[in-house]
Amino acid sequence: MDSLEAIQSEALSQITAAEDIQTLEHLRVEYLGKKGKLTALLKSLGSLSAEERPKMGALINEVKQSLQTLINERKEAMEQGALAAQLAAESVDVSLPGRRVDVGGLHPITRTIERIEGFFKGAGFNVAQGPEIEDDYHNFEALNIPAHHPARAMHDTFYIDDNHVLRTHTSGVQVRTMESIAPPLRVICPGRVYRCDSDLTHSPMFHQVEGLLIDESSSFADLKGLLEAFLQVFFERDDLAVRFRPSYFPFTEPSAEVDIQCVKCNGAGCRICSHTGWLEVLGCGMVNPQVFTMSGIDTERFTGFAFGLGVERLAMLRYGIGDLRLNFDNDLRFLRQFV
Amino acid sequence: MIISEQWLRTWVNPPLDTQQLAHQLTMAGLEVDAVEPVAGAFSGVIVAEIIEAEQHPDADKLQVCKVATGGDVVQIVCGAPNARVGLKAPLAQIGAVLLGDFKIKKAKLRGVESQGMLCAQAELGISDENAGLMELPADAPVGTDLQDYLGLDDTALEIGLTPNRADCLSVHGIARDLAVLNDMPLNEQPESIVTATIDDCFPVSIEAPNHCPRYLGRVIKGVDLSQPTPLWMTERLRRAGLRSIDPVVDVTNYVMLELGQPLHAFDLDTLVGGIVVRESVADETITLLDGSEQSLTPGSLLIADHKRPLALAGIMGGDMSGVSANTQNVFLESAFFTPTPIAGRARRYGLHTDASHRYERGVDWQLQRRAAERATQLLLDIVGGEPGPLVETVVEQHLPKPVSLVLRAERIERVLGLGLEASVVERILTGLGFKVDAEAENRWRCIAPSWRFDMAQEVDLIEELARVWGYNQLPASTVLAPLVLPEQSEDVRSLTSLRRQLVARGFYEAITFSFVAPKQQALFDPDIAPVALRNPISAELAVMRTSLIPGLLNVISHNLKRQMPRVRVFETGMRFLPGESTTQEPMMALAMTGTRDAENWTGDGTVVDFFDMKGEVEQLMLGVGAELEFRPATRAGLHDGQTAEILLDGCVVGVMGAIHPVAAKQLDLPKNTYVAELVQSAVISATLPAYDDISRFPETRRDIALLLAEDTPASTVLSTIRGNAGEWLKNLTVFDVYAGQGIPEGKKSLALGLTFRDPSRTLDDSEISSVMAQVIDSLEEKLGAELRS
Repeated sequence: MDSLEAIQSEALSQITAAEDIQTLEHLRVEYLGKKGKLTALLKSLGSLSAEERPKMGALINEVKQSLQTLINERKEAMEQGALAAQLAAESVDVSLPGRRVDVGGLHPITRTIERIEGFFKGAGFNVAQGPEIEDDYHNFEALNIPAHHPARAMHDTFYIDDNHVLRTHTSGVQVRTMESIAPPLRVICPGRVYRCDSDLTHSPMFHQVEGLLIDESSSFADLKGLLEAFLQVFFERDDLAVRFRPSYFPFTEPSAEVDIQCVKCNGAGCRICSHTGWLEVLGCGMVNPQVFTMSGIDTERFTGFAFGLGVERLAMLRYGIGDLRLNFDNDLRFLRQFV
Repeated sequence: MIISEQWLRTWVNPPLDTQQLAHQLTMAGLEVDAVEPVAGAFSGVIVAEIIEAEQHPDADKLQVCKVATGGDVVQIVCGAPNARVGLKAPLAQIGAVLLGDFKIKKAKLRGVESQGMLCAQAELGISDENAGLMELPADAPVGTDLQDYLGLDDTALEIGLTPNRADCLSVHGIARDLAVLNDMPLNEQPESIVTATIDDCFPVSIEAPNHCPRYLGRVIKGVDLSQPTPLWMTERLRRAGLRSIDPVVDVTNYVMLELGQPLHAFDLDTLVGGIVVRESVADETITLLDGSEQSLTPGSLLIADHKRPLALAGIMGGDMSGVSANTQNVFLESAFFTPTPIAGRARRYGLHTDASHRYERGVDWQLQRRAAERATQLLLDIVGGEPGPLVETVVEQHLPKPVSLVLRAERIERVLGLGLEASVVERILTGLGFKVDAEAENRWRCIAPSWRFDMAQEVDLIEELARVWGYNQLPASTVLAPLVLPEQSEDVRSLTSLRRQLVARGFYEAITFSFVAPKQQALFDPDIAPVALRNPISAELAVMRTSLIPGLLNVISHNLKRQMPRVRVFETGMRFLPGESTTQEPMMALAMTGTRDAENWTGDGTVVDFFDMKGEVEQLMLGVGAELEFRPATRAGLHDGQTAEILLDGCVVGVMGAIHPVAAKQLDLPKNTYVAELVQSAVISATLPAYDDISRFPETRRDIALLLAEDTPASTVLSTIRGNAGEWLKNLTVFDVYAGQGIPEGKKSLALGLTFRDPSRTLDDSEISSVMAQVIDSLEEKLGAELRS
């Protein structure tokens, strides 16, 4: 039988030289297993004197312990190396683009209508929809625009037949609202409208949001306050200058057109504002009592105001879109910019 | 309306510069659209006179002129055909600068020295006239600076008037507003009254007094139309955008611009019998001044004589009866036509004239005499002649009545949110021509002036107050209103969220025109005669769409042509189905073509197919809560074998499929183009979720593979299984479909996964096996399915 020292030194060199976990396991069995060399040495202790036996036993156990520790350490190191190698093999090029669903986008007109709706819904306005082929009464008559009224010439109307037109504004929805809901009321009507006109700055179809408020106390001052606030919120500019100019719409009296300070040049004058420093963005006014009368609303008790916003105009100013027609080309290179 | 600022300032001259004046008018509702100089920028141009003109020795078309300048006589080589001895014309002297920074230097033309340039109007930016030299009046003082002589330090104000402000279609009208805005008196021109020197009259009868309650006429004999219109008048006309025609027409135009009353002058010697103001009858025609022959719609208001129509009243005169170079005797007309017969009529004849523009908006019904007198005076000054008496034919009961309105101070405050002092109210309205009487405290009776056709109610007066006071001087306040307590229905899903869902799935929202080309429409809805526009903008946009699909296919085509081969778009909007009354129905449509995934290094470039689109529809309809079903169908423009009707609880709510190869070819689209269109009300419908207990017990899955006839629809297999698997079946999926190698001809293999679960206990194997046996038996029996091992 080999001496303890010989076994120890042989084991040490073999363990140190081992290159894989399997070899280590073999060595563990060979030296430390039930039939291992150190175990055999322990079993031979019986031949020693009672005095030497514990000493020798302790020595053998010490060697056994140290070999076990060494094996564990070697094994752990090997496991870590293997893991590291595996991770290295599995590494990816994180700079490659991800696997994603290419999202689409909302049309800027819809995006703008949603912003407008958001503001007015917050102020307690309901959203109403109506027909796009409208009868003469709701598009014109009920709005104080009888046949042959010169204001009809301002509308460039598309006709379907003698009594039906493509709505030239969404005001017809307001009339329908007044017919069906008793005041006080607050409503906005977004939607497509049509004018028989097509050039650089006119599209035969475009979008409007019209609003109507009727109650027992509203005044032109309220109209001014609400629209000023809306425009400042829409353009996110607390200091946006807004001015009201007298104008004429048959369904409002007094009527106004509203200009904002040019959002491009801040009033200095540029191509966008035709060097005036101002941009016309909407029309509005106090509802003409004749319109109330036609809809059966008491003109002494109620006053109200109405306004109409051109959605394309607001969207183009907000996002810097230079050409109206882009809105209807639906070119993906355009639509992608509003994702 | 365009007017000269100088002219306006002769009526009222507020201490404002041009820009301030324009701003003030704009902010009072008379929007100044443009402020233009009345001539180009030039200097060093004087009035000169040609005193000698000789043929250039070496050039046929040039003359060598000696020109008087008030100082030295200079030599000018000139090519203008009207250069002649005695002509006074503008001379750009050496050192002058003309338009476009063009400097005049001494020059030799074909060897002859020229010491400056005689100018045409175009060279001075006065008009486009470039055919010859600008001819100045014989009394023009030689040597005077042309700028000073013509008063060119002026601007033309272009005012965009709203239709209610017909009263401002004249210098007088605009001046009236401007005077009130500046609280200044109006420099009213004295009214002329011409005394008749002859007794000649021409008879007038009014047969349509409701349309023409007042008609004034005057004979002027022995006029000399060879007399030129004076420069001051042609300049004012020019600055208002009107060309000088002849002195009579110039005078009628001038008075119209000055006072707002359209006038007409007839050649008296062409008139037969007398003037009759009447409505046209059947089969009448007239040749108008512009040379157009018009067949008259019966009921059009005419000025006729005893033989034929002479003029479309208030719109345009006739060709045969107008004043010409040979005219010696004139009949001058100054009439009041009510707006009704003119409005719409001019447009129907395709005409829009300065006269019709004014009449259809309303001409001051008390202005006719003043305008006729003014025009007579001007005519006598220019062309001479002997005036007859001014004869008025009037039907009083058809004249408009003065409008009397009550104005209450509390109403002013209610409407404007601001109370105005009584003195302010009275000053503004009086200044605008209203007769204002304080009936009681804070209450006025106001009689509107005859030139205001837009006064019908109290609020019209309030608008005038606001306008003059200044909209921007009125207060702004915050609306006070009760909170509106919103409804929150779960029966519908918002379009907003559905749009966002589609966006998240890779779709772009498109907005296309609601009108489309009839040909494209017919490709998909050949059996529907679409609602057509009477006046479409073009043949390509002529009918209302019956489907959103053609529009979306145009979007795909647009993008494919621009190197974007993968397109997914959707649109929400109305379709228009013809019928007794048009059905206008909100729809939602989707279209896609190109690869399933956007190009990426991980992708395999697979092109979309029917099931990509079907998947999108199924995703969209999740949450609808009702039973969704796809049934094979055929539709024009869609692929016969790849089209399905979409049903919700048994009702057809849409259609989807591949574009028919023939349609694809016609529209220049790839064959793998898929569309779907659904009724919006179906898409947005929703069912309130009802919670079902989650089982604590495990589920068991069994997979089977079936051999079936190739044409057996999957839906039949699924419904057969559902009908026979009992209530434990919780989930049923198709996880493979296969035909080809290893499968007999005419057959296909369908692999299905069935998941079973009971809410209250664990199912044992034998229970599930017996259900499976039941399922397989029914499949064999009803569908001839074979179980693949």
